[in-house]
Amino acid sequence: MRPLSALSTIHQHIMWKRLISVVEEQAQALIRTAFSTSVREAGDLAAAVFDCQGRMLAQAVTGTPGHINSMAEGVLHFIKKHPVETMNPGDAFITNDPWMTSGHLHDITVLTPTFLRGRVIALFANTCHVVDIGGRGFGPDARQVYEEGLNIPILHLFHAGEPNKTLLDIIQSNVREPRQVLGDIFSFAASNEVGSKRLLKMMEEFKLQSLEELGEFIITHSRDATIKRIHLLKNGTYHNTLMMDGYDRPIKLQAAMTVSDDQIHIDYSGTSPAAAHGINVVLNYTKAYTCFGVKCVVAPDIPNNYGSLLPISFSAPEGCILNAQHPHPVAARHIIGHLLPDTILGCLHQVLEGGVQAEGSASLWTIQLRGGSSISSNSSYKGSIPEFEMLQFNSGGSGARPKKDGMSTTAFPSGVKGMPVEVNEAITPIIFWRKEFRSGSGGAGCQRGGLGQDIEIGGAEGIPFDVLAMYERCDNAPKGRNNGKDGATGRLSLASGPALRPKGQQSIPPFDRLRLELPGGAGFGDPFDRDPEKVAEDVRNEIISQENAQIDYGVNLNKDGSVNQIETRRTRSS
Amino acid sequence: MHATQNVRLAVDIGGTFTDVVLEAGGAQYTLKTLTTHEAPERGILKGFHEVLSAASLHPGSVSLIVYGTTLATNLLIERNGSPTALITTEGFRDSIEMRNENRYEQYDLDIDLPAPLVPRSLRFPVRERMNAHGKILLPLEEASVLDLVPKLAKHKVRSIAIGFLHSYANNLHEQLTRDILKKELPELEITLSSEVSPEMREYERISTACANAYVQPLMSRHLKNLEKVLGEEGFACPLFLMLSGGGITTLKTAIQFPVRLVESGPAGGAIFAAHIAKEMGFSNVLSFDMGGTTAKICLIDNAEPQTTRTFEVARVYRFMKGSGIPLRIPVLEMVEIGAGGGSLAHLDSMGRIAVGPQSAGSDPGPACYGLGGKQPAVTDADVVLGRIDPENFAGGNLKLDSEKAIRALQENIGETLGMEAAHAALGVSEMVEENMANAARMHAIESGKVIEERSLIAFGGAAPLHAVRLAEKLDIDQVIIPPGAGVGSAIGFLRAPVAYEVIRSQYQRLSALGIDEVNALLHEMRTEAHAVVESGAFGQPLVEQLTAYMRYVGQGHEVGVEIPVRVKDHVLDQTAAQNLKLGFEKEYNRLYERSIPDLDIEVLTWVLLLSTEKEIPRQGSEIPSPQESISNELRFLMDTDSGQFINAPVYSRAKLLPGARVSGPAVILENDTATVLNARFEAEIHPFSYIVLTRKREA
Repeated sequence: MRPLSALSTIHQHIMWKRLISVVEEQAQALIRTAFSTSVREAGDLAAAVFDCQGRMLAQAVTGTPGHINSMAEGVLHFIKKHPVETMNPGDAFITNDPWMTSGHLHDITVLTPTFLRGRVIALFANTCHVVDIGGRGFGPDARQVYEEGLNIPILHLFHAGEPNKTLLDIIQSNVREPRQVLGDIFSFAASNEVGSKRLLKMMEEFKLQSLEELGEFIITHSRDATIKRIHLLKNGTYHNTLMMDGYDRPIKLQAAMTVSDDQIHIDYSGTSPAAAHGINVVLNYTKAYTCFGVKCVVAPDIPNNYGSLLPISFSAPEGCILNAQHPHPVAARHIIGHLLPDTILGCLHQVLEGGVQAEGSASLWTIQLRGGSSISSNSSYKGSIPEFEMLQFNSGGSGARPKKDGMSTTAFPSGVKGMPVEVNEAITPIIFWRKEFRSGSGGAGCQRGGLGQDIEIGGAEGIPFDVLAMYERCDNAPKGRNNGKDGATGRLSLASGPALRPKGQQSIPPFDRLRLELPGGAGFGDPFDRDPEKVAEDVRNEIISQENAQIDYGVNLNKDGSVNQIETRRTRSS
Repeated sequence: MHATQNVRLAVDIGGTFTDVVLEAGGAQYTLKTLTTHEAPERGILKGFHEVLSAASLHPGSVSLIVYGTTLATNLLIERNGSPTALITTEGFRDSIEMRNENRYEQYDLDIDLPAPLVPRSLRFPVRERMNAHGKILLPLEEASVLDLVPKLAKHKVRSIAIGFLHSYANNLHEQLTRDILKKELPELEITLSSEVSPEMREYERISTACANAYVQPLMSRHLKNLEKVLGEEGFACPLFLMLSGGGITTLKTAIQFPVRLVESGPAGGAIFAAHIAKEMGFSNVLSFDMGGTTAKICLIDNAEPQTTRTFEVARVYRFMKGSGIPLRIPVLEMVEIGAGGGSLAHLDSMGRIAVGPQSAGSDPGPACYGLGGKQPAVTDADVVLGRIDPENFAGGNLKLDSEKAIRALQENIGETLGMEAAHAALGVSEMVEENMANAARMHAIESGKVIEERSLIAFGGAAPLHAVRLAEKLDIDQVIIPPGAGVGSAIGFLRAPVAYEVIRSQYQRLSALGIDEVNALLHEMRTEAHAVVESGAFGQPLVEQLTAYMRYVGQGHEVGVEIPVRVKDHVLDQTAAQNLKLGFEKEYNRLYERSIPDLDIEVLTWVLLLSTEKEIPRQGSEIPSPQESISNELRFLMDTDSGQFINAPVYSRAKLLPGARVSGPAVILENDTATVLNARFEAEIHPFSYIVLTRKREA
């Protein structure tokens, strides 16, 4: 190869790397400034750069898979309504339409064109969760999307540098925290500018006039690399069904995965119809978690872009809960989204040598508590009940992996971070009396499922409060694989005894406590194949009981806790 | 330090090398020896004796010793500490193992979570409970503490961490528990979370307490032993320890809080760079320390390295955030990435050149070491590009095999991409520089700072080879290559002030700030800091710096706001709330380009830093008139712009005197490394022997 063409190859590698760094900087600029807890703690945002045809070239790796490619679909809607030739320097566009972008009104997408010598050469976009969008607030209780808040169609946010005052006024008078929401919207536009500036700098450094050649390079290499991975899988159609609790009736997620030479297609025919409450999923969001489920197993190291996602396709019948139609309510769509990777992993398990991880608790257990005058049970409490809202993310156990135990109290597929008990107690009048591993909740297996957790919360000085429950896996346990046992189901109750419903707003009476038992991950492989020393260690750590060791794992222990080799061999061979 | 009879020794024990620096009457002697892992004291003594004899001095003439070490870090990484138990609030037995409940890597389903330092079987809950205001909700059940005594003995526990909820607000129960156990088990070492890290956030605080307890028995034995053998050898001066926060402290404090020693080496490097920044009068600097395995980058403004209180040690996954053990201690803030001379290059699944974070280490090392390494490392690329002279590496102590470097690059990269080894090498070099530049930019954006218009101070063995291209990628026009760059950390130890930082959490809203409570807290903090610092300051004047960590109500992360200590008699008065608000809004604006009127602000934590004044930098002597340098050697050097080899002059750094000028392209050789200039840079030797590289003015 001649020096100059060698150089240009090197430069393409460098520029690809740089482009990813550019969108990472764009995302970081957003995370630093966001008010929404889920953006800050969970990285609930997306940032990406697109070419003029709307093909995504690079996307920041953020905390949640919920935005993979769902914003990419959105960009196509933007440029359909406002073709790039009609855009002007200083323009920026906005929408939060769930069906065009990422599936609920709380996510706002802002798109900004990048100009070089008077011509649009790229589009920067980000999608971000705002603290409030009006309506009922964040929860599953609406019956139609109209109740869930303000719907902003695709509009100019900036017109040649001038903010769209009419729109801002409308937002101002329709959301609960207007300063925070408007402040966030401005910083979305600013973060796109950060990206634009960096991109232009790179183009100057490498003397580029357009992104076309680099874009082709990225897309081709990513697509080819993904297809190469698909080649390793055996052609065929693989089926899996996952039952979940649903809002008030069970929901079936049904997937048929067809692996062909250069494509993986997932068909969700047979999935339950859309629900009456706001847990419905729009197509874009289904796509996001479908792609994530496939990618984290098949091609985890290949960056997300138009090319790497081309070989992954899917279909979901119109009107099913994974392709809910307007005006179905959609606010809490993540409940179902979080279960899609487990649905897909069940298909991939059949085709991947060695198998894939067992099912886990999957959906986050978000503790949303409310105190104050509006709660329903304050009649018997003497004394004032302060107004408060508390939001805390908690995770059950994840599924055991073919070669490793499942992770205890660790989110999958979401990457969300929990919040310290001490911080929550400092800012809200509640006391956590317990937050620790839930012994025995991990499904038995050669590899054990991750543990769930036990949480117990009371009001400070016995005040009553409400829980806005939104919990999954209480009726349907995470399923084990290869003879691994299921993980424990979750449960919601009062410390005084009575069970609570896993979904819906309910009261914790004065001086009582809310008790949550989070599901454990399922096991992988026959428990009788588990290394007896590991079983003994689990007993020592009080993660499983001595009886479990004997019954589930066939391991007998001596008085001092060591493995009784002879007895164990006998138990395991009988 | 005292100006009279100023003979000062610094020693930095690293994973591979022990570096020693002696400064006496303006002269500097440096030494690198291999670390003696089994008995580190021996390596230290050997090094001391060698530099002292080189300087014709004896132990009795030394006035100060500063010691920094990676031993505590190694105990944590290798999980080689002492059997440790944790005593914690009932219901919260698993806080250190539950972590933040997140996965640090989204796409890898096979990640390992960091194993807790204290296994569940040694985590003992007792009944007690405070609330966030330090009010007792459940009194400590003393009998349940006593019940633990036989269990602790049975498990042969050597050290105990006590970490109760909200102990930062009231540590009565932690103290009572310690008193009970101390009486029953007097030989045990005990760490209180409320002493080692009195901050809100149970996971980080208790994890810090466990880490401290885990390393304490061995560190305390090592430090006491060192003091003893130094005395026996005739050293009669004070021994100070370098802390991760950039100050030095007494042996007593180090023994109490050995966890504060973890980042002492890198901290020394940042102090080294900060001192140079001060000497040169630079207000904004990026320090860049690139060694064999990693590169460390630190932002330094007005000669002060950026500080933080969050740090992770023993990361299990490619330097990734979240994969290590969190320590909430004062540290100088740096990013560390897997980019060093030993970083390995390969083609990733998209056929792109990728470098690091895997490293060849020293065994087998880069392919050119000829010790069996087959994969190309950054050093191999530097050899092939003509930047390193294979005959004169490490002062000629190690002959490098350039054929092996060429082959490794050819087989692993060149063949697939259809390019020659030289271009594969160029790709590797450019990629490692790109990685470092991206990390530096991300770090700046996370810190709310700009990176352009800074000066780059580059040290560590591999930095001068890559500093110019890194500077170009970051739009930086000036690069300083100090001498002694291989032992920069140890030199930095001698520039560090005697200092101690006290941190306390106390939750308050500015709209209803209880001034008396704050003043009472600050008084306690000040008393604690003075006790520690005065014992090592020998009457030198002290300076105090007070920082409040605040945020808008409802946010998740705090912003540090320095409070100008022009408070009367060191107490805050009624204007404090208003001043704190103004200070917060100003800092918030700087970071985020906006502030939010009418939203209440909450204070979570106060930090008080007490230190001696920093060493006054040398005054530059007159700058000699510039002289063009003459080279009598040329070498083939890859031109990064054209992808072709050019003839570039080679200079010996030792022969370049102050005022000497070199115009790029050129290579300036020294014992451990080489400074590489491309055609856009020129160099001048500063009176302090720094190589000052400047981007040439556009013609």
